[in-house]
This record gives sequence, C-alpha cells and structure tokens, in this order.
Amino acid sequence: MLLTELEWQTLLLSLKIAGAAILFSLPIGILAAWVLARCHFWGKSIFDVIVHLPLVLPPVVLGYLLLSTMGKRGILGAWLYNYVGISFSFNWQGAALASAVVAFPLMVRSIRLAIESIDTRLEHVARTLGASRWRVFITITIPLSFTGILMGVVLGFARCLGEFGATITFVSNIQGETRTLPLAMYTSLQIPDGEASAMRLCILSILLSLIALFISEMLNRLHKKRLAE
Amino acid sequence: MLTIDITKKLSSFYFKFNQSIECQGITAILGVSGSGKSTLINLINGLIRPDSGKILINGTTLIDCEKNIFIPPEQRHIGTVFQDALLFPHYKVVNNLLYGCHGSIQRNRLTDIIDLLNIGHLLNRYPTKLSGGERQRVAIGRALLTNPRLLLMDEPLSALDMPRKKELLAYIKNLAKEFSIPVIYVTHNINEVKQIADRVAILEQGQLYAYGDRDEILQNSYLQEWL
Repeated sequence: MLLTELEWQTLLLSLKIAGAAILFSLPIGILAAWVLARCHFWGKSIFDVIVHLPLVLPPVVLGYLLLSTMGKRGILGAWLYNYVGISFSFNWQGAALASAVVAFPLMVRSIRLAIESIDTRLEHVARTLGASRWRVFITITIPLSFTGILMGVVLGFARCLGEFGATITFVSNIQGETRTLPLAMYTSLQIPDGEASAMRLCILSILLSLIALFISEMLNRLHKKRLAE
Repeated sequence: MLTIDITKKLSSFYFKFNQSIECQGITAILGVSGSGKSTLINLINGLIRPDSGKILINGTTLIDCEKNIFIPPEQRHIGTVFQDALLFPHYKVVNNLLYGCHGSIQRNRLTDIIDLLNIGHLLNRYPTKLSGGERQRVAIGRALLTNPRLLLMDEPLSALDMPRKKELLAYIKNLAKEFSIPVIYVTHNINEVKQIADRVAILEQGQLYAYGDRDEILQNSYLQEWL
C-alpha cells in the first residue's frame, strides 16, 4: 500500500479518537440542543454562552483549561482517577475528550437549528394523544431532526479529525497514543525529509473529509426519500 | 359535565370563562377570529395553563390552581383535532392512527373507526400523499383511537374546500352519535353550527356571551349580522 505501517496506525488512531469523541458527546449534544431550542428558564443565556465558548476560545486555551481541570492533578481529573479509575492524562481518551469539547458547539448548533425548525404543534398534538414528554422527544423530535443530527455528527467528526491545539496542549504528541493525523503532519514537517510523509497525510486528511461528506449526503438523501414516499 | 371556571391573561385581552357544559352530543363554540376559541380548547386539553381557576370533567379535576393540581395533557384522555391535521410526516397513516393506542387496541373499534371515516385504503401511505380531507379524517381517527372521554375540534374544516367540508361534517355528526363521544366543536361558521350542534356557546373578546340550546341561541340578536 501507499501508506507506511506508522501512517496506518495514525489513521486508525485518528478515527478511533474522533469516533469515541462523537459517540460520547452526541447524547449530551442532543440534550443540550433540545434544552436550548425548547426550554425557557432563568440563566438560559449563560448556558448558551458556555455551550458556545469552545467555538470562540483559542484551542490552546481549551487545552490548558482541560490540563488544569481534567489532568491527574486537576480538580475533576484527580477525583475521577482516585475514585472511578478513569484517567485522561496523556492517553487517547484525553485526546478524545479534547476533540469532543472543541467539536461540541458545532454539533449542538446544527442539531438545535433542526429542532427549532420542527412544527411545535406536532409535539403538542402528540401529547394530547397521550405521549409523555420523553416519548414525544424519542418518537417525534429526534426522527424529525434526523438531518440536523446527521449534519451535526459530520461537522463534529470533521472538526475532531482536524483538532490540533487543544490536543497537543492537553495530552501532548505521543506516537501511538495521542498523535492524530494533524499532529503526525506537524511532526513530519519538523524532521528532515519528512515532506513526502506530510503530503501523504495531507491527501489522506482530504480523502477522509470527502468520504465523511459523501456518507452524510447519502444518508440524508435516503432519509428524505423515506419521508417523501 | 365539563365545569370550567378560569381566567387567563392574553396579550390582547383578558380571557374569562365560567360555565358548565353538558358532556353529551355536540357543543359548538362560536366566535370571530381572536375571540379566544382556540385558547379555550388549549386550556381544556392542557396545552396552556390558566392563571387562576379550575376545570373539572365529570367530577374529576383536570386543573385546580388553588389546590395546585395540574394534570398534564397526556393524562387527560381528551382528544384534540386541530385546524391542520398535524399528522406525523414520518409515520404511515396506520402508525399515525395507532400512535395514541396503548397496547390493548380493541380490534372492533379500530375497524369501526376506519370504516366510519372511510380511510381503509390509505393505511399504508405517508401523510404527504393524502388530500386535505383525507388527512383531516385520519387526524380524527387518530384522536378517536385514544379512547377519549371528550373530543375537542378546533375549526377542523376551515382548511378544506366546500365539498370536503360537507362530507366531513357528515362524518363528525355520525361519530358523535355512533361512539357516543361528547364533542366540543370550535368554529366561526354559523352554517356548520346549524348543521351539527346541539348546543352553542358564543365567545366574544375572551368572554362568554351566551350559552344554550342551538335553536334558542340562533334566535339571539347578536347573530343577526352573521346570517
């Protein structure tokens, strides 16, 4: 194949980190989007700002904040390590956490827009038919915002694959553990004769993004076709 | 008996309704646009909360602001048919119909309702492939299948053309009789009232203007300008 053993490893690691980041943050993202779209409460604007903060903060700042809270000596990180046995410092789980935080607002924005575009009267009529709020959420809100959730997943996944600043600050650049595609490219450019490798990784990144877009477009069409039947 | 004694402040006026309505046959709520008809419907089915007062149906409390009782819409067993059919676009007709059935569906009732509304041939279609009249019939069937103790209809015909209106009016008249479900029917059309209502309540600016048997109310001088 065109890729070296090391590059394959990097590719798989990147997919694993982005996949885990999206898988674990998606349920929280859908819930946050629903709260922002449908609930009215005191302090909602503060919640809104906190959700969107990672979009405007420099990734290095996020990485530093993660390091000081979620690292083994951080307030939350120490507690998690001592009592739950989970550690995020300098391992791939930490890289997934950094990616998830950075991608979160993008995902929430897209899902929120989709939920806001649903006719609330459909949710109301479902309640008069005897469905609890939870059942309405599962049977009406989620399926009708499917396209937006899909877009959120693709945008978030792409953002995770491209994550650099927060990752390198929080969990460093460790081969086989936290060295994702962008970090590997950066590393290749630091060493003599690394340009060919950097170019291969660059093409690989472009291909991955295209595939992600293609899959989402396919799923979206399938969904629309099912609705229009 | 549906006992309503509530107030609710709305943006343009103060809604105040105090009247017991018999739970039998068809009661029409008549009023011009913006007189608070839909507000009344949504107060009864629980989609909006009153500022004060209470609503009881056959002795059961639905809401009592003083005692802090609020039964949520999904536990009220009150069916509502809105102006637009509001079918779930991602469900086939049959799954729309069954949405409000909990486990035990009486097979007879299902076929009875499907026959009465003449929607048997539509079951496997998606709502986008139905005409306006068909959609509204499915919406009525969906509400009936929850086995409601009261059926609310909020201008169910206003989005339809004349022939469909006539056709659907006949269905509605039939179902109130066949399933002996009390119906509260909101409209601004006096001809619909003449055709199906047993009793009429007239709403004006969020207040009850008159309530009584159809023939008696239709004599009311207020209605002369409607005819």
